[in-house]
Amino acid sequence: MLYRTAGQFKTSYKADMALFPVRQDAVLLAVILALVWGVFPLLASEFAFQTLLIPILIYALAALGLNILTGYAGQLSLGTGAFMGVGAYACYKMVTLFPWMNPVVAILLSGLFSAGVGVMFGIPSLRIKGFYLAIATLAAQFFLVWLFEKWGWLYNDNASGAIQVPNLDMFGIYVAGPQASSLVQYYVVLAVVTLMTLLCINLTRGNLGRTWKATRDMDIAAELIGINLLRSKLMAFAVSSYVVGVAGALFVFMWRGAAEPNLFDIPLSFRVLFIAIIGGLGSILGNYLGAILIVGLPVVLNTLPQALGLPISSATVEHLNVMIVGALIVFFLIIEPHGLARLWALIREKLIIWPFPH
Amino acid sequence: MLNDIFIKPFADMAAAPDFLLQVLWEGLVSGILYALIALGFVLIYRSSRIFNFAQGIMVVFAALTLVGLHALGIPAWISVALTLAVMFALAVTIERVVLRPLVGQPDIILFMATIGITLFLIGGGEIIFGGENKVMITEELGIPTGSVLLEPWGGLLILEQKDITAVLVAAALVVALLVFLNRTRMGRAIRALGDDHQAALSVGISLQTVWVLVWFIAGIIALVTGIAWGARAGVSFALEVIAYKALPVLMLGGLESITGAIIGGLMIGMLEKLFEIYWGQPLLGGNTETWFAFVLALVVLLFRPQGLFGERIIERV
Repeated sequence: MLYRTAGQFKTSYKADMALFPVRQDAVLLAVILALVWGVFPLLASEFAFQTLLIPILIYALAALGLNILTGYAGQLSLGTGAFMGVGAYACYKMVTLFPWMNPVVAILLSGLFSAGVGVMFGIPSLRIKGFYLAIATLAAQFFLVWLFEKWGWLYNDNASGAIQVPNLDMFGIYVAGPQASSLVQYYVVLAVVTLMTLLCINLTRGNLGRTWKATRDMDIAAELIGINLLRSKLMAFAVSSYVVGVAGALFVFMWRGAAEPNLFDIPLSFRVLFIAIIGGLGSILGNYLGAILIVGLPVVLNTLPQALGLPISSATVEHLNVMIVGALIVFFLIIEPHGLARLWALIREKLIIWPFPH
Repeated sequence: MLNDIFIKPFADMAAAPDFLLQVLWEGLVSGILYALIALGFVLIYRSSRIFNFAQGIMVVFAALTLVGLHALGIPAWISVALTLAVMFALAVTIERVVLRPLVGQPDIILFMATIGITLFLIGGGEIIFGGENKVMITEELGIPTGSVLLEPWGGLLILEQKDITAVLVAAALVVALLVFLNRTRMGRAIRALGDDHQAALSVGISLQTVWVLVWFIAGIIALVTGIAWGARAGVSFALEVIAYKALPVLMLGGLESITGAIIGGLMIGMLEKLFEIYWGQPLLGGNTETWFAFVLALVVLLFRPQGLFGERIIERV
């Protein structure tokens, strides 16, 4: 009923290819945008900002970056965490070397550095495929984290070996560092994420996105119909690493406030990969659904025993969390290997033809 | 600079050959263990095209179960038997609950499922056994703990007896495995499944039985690895990181090749130790072992995309 598409006629190719061919989708998105831009910030507590809203957005952005590489261009990568680290360290170096720089500009520029590193580690993808490539990206993961630890210049040779976000302001309002308020940080993250999402949606719909999909489905066939694999694959690595790098800069500057090299170690990479796969490879929406699940679930699980009055120590809860997340990953893979985005697509399909079965 | 890279390390090696031998021996021992973990990967990959990320945590889990059972007062050798029973139960459960519903899914989905299993076992293991470092029951199992001193060229070479045992046991295990795979009916079934699932099914080979068997063998290998590595460094979840070391071994040797896993493991074990001692520590600030193996494998792969011993990748459109 609510999703009836009857009466919405397309009279031109352009209308058919519009961002929202179905009016209800646009309405739904408008409602969601109104919620995240207007309602959530008014209602959310400090706790909600720090444990749910900000991390969900940042993880979703990182997963979006990975999804471009893995879901759209078909190159499995296990080095996401390290590329996030490149973004974070590049941003740190920029704001400490040029203190006058606008922090948001610095965050957006830091992605360029991780894009460069990403292209470098993407070069083997021209010869190596599948799981071999996945392990090759682990080389990036381990090498870069080692570099963050050993190369003192990156963290200005401070004794702790960690990077600490200084107070940064934009037009007189603190946006990063200990003095920034969660509300401001939330809006900065939200603005960047919205911008990146729009960019990615249009990239994947365009010429470049179609060459990526052709490369993913079969790279030799793609080459035969005239797609330049070198360009297609390296562009995928560049765009993906750019988005991931921006997510990494946001991760440290807008959320964590400080970072040690091992923060970017392999568990972070896997976390982002879970989000992308549970959300759905080759979809934009899925990254958000996956991030809500993977970030939100532990928060719910942490508060549950207390709410029920069960006497479980916090360490046990932590381990139970890991166990339950593991079980859920398997569970979701079994019920819907194509991810939550496919689940939503099925529901939408049913709503459109409801009450008829076909 | 050039001197430090190209001449000095070799001069150091020539000046102290006994130290070089010691380094190589240490590398050989850890190489054997990498090779064992890689072997677990290869077996499962060959028979089911599943890239089993859980092999590392299975090592930890097996070692923890063994130590945990012994701590309950059960004699060492009975604990080993019980641990094997646990690994068998684990293999059956994984096949029933996880793999059977996912038959025929894309590789990456199965890979993710094994990461799910990994998380489940990490969480479960921490709850059951606790996270602290434990001592492997080396002596109770009858593994000698002394060391052998050799004096080549007037130098000194220390070989720990438990390392020698580990190398011998690993070699025996590999030989047994090769005989099993090449000479028995079940072994042939495993190889047949690896070659072609549908053809194997059509001649009456049971996918389920073979998968349980393969995961059980991987469990046995995990137990042996766990004992050997636990004897050197204690049993804790930190052991899991050595599983990552098995990945470049796989790349180097090729995902399908048992010989590749062994030779790759030994090569990586020795080369990374050599690099760390003679180049890494003096020039790069040390701890290069975390990435050296990966970079080495990456360079080799650029020239041979299927690894040194992997099956040639033939692509058709």
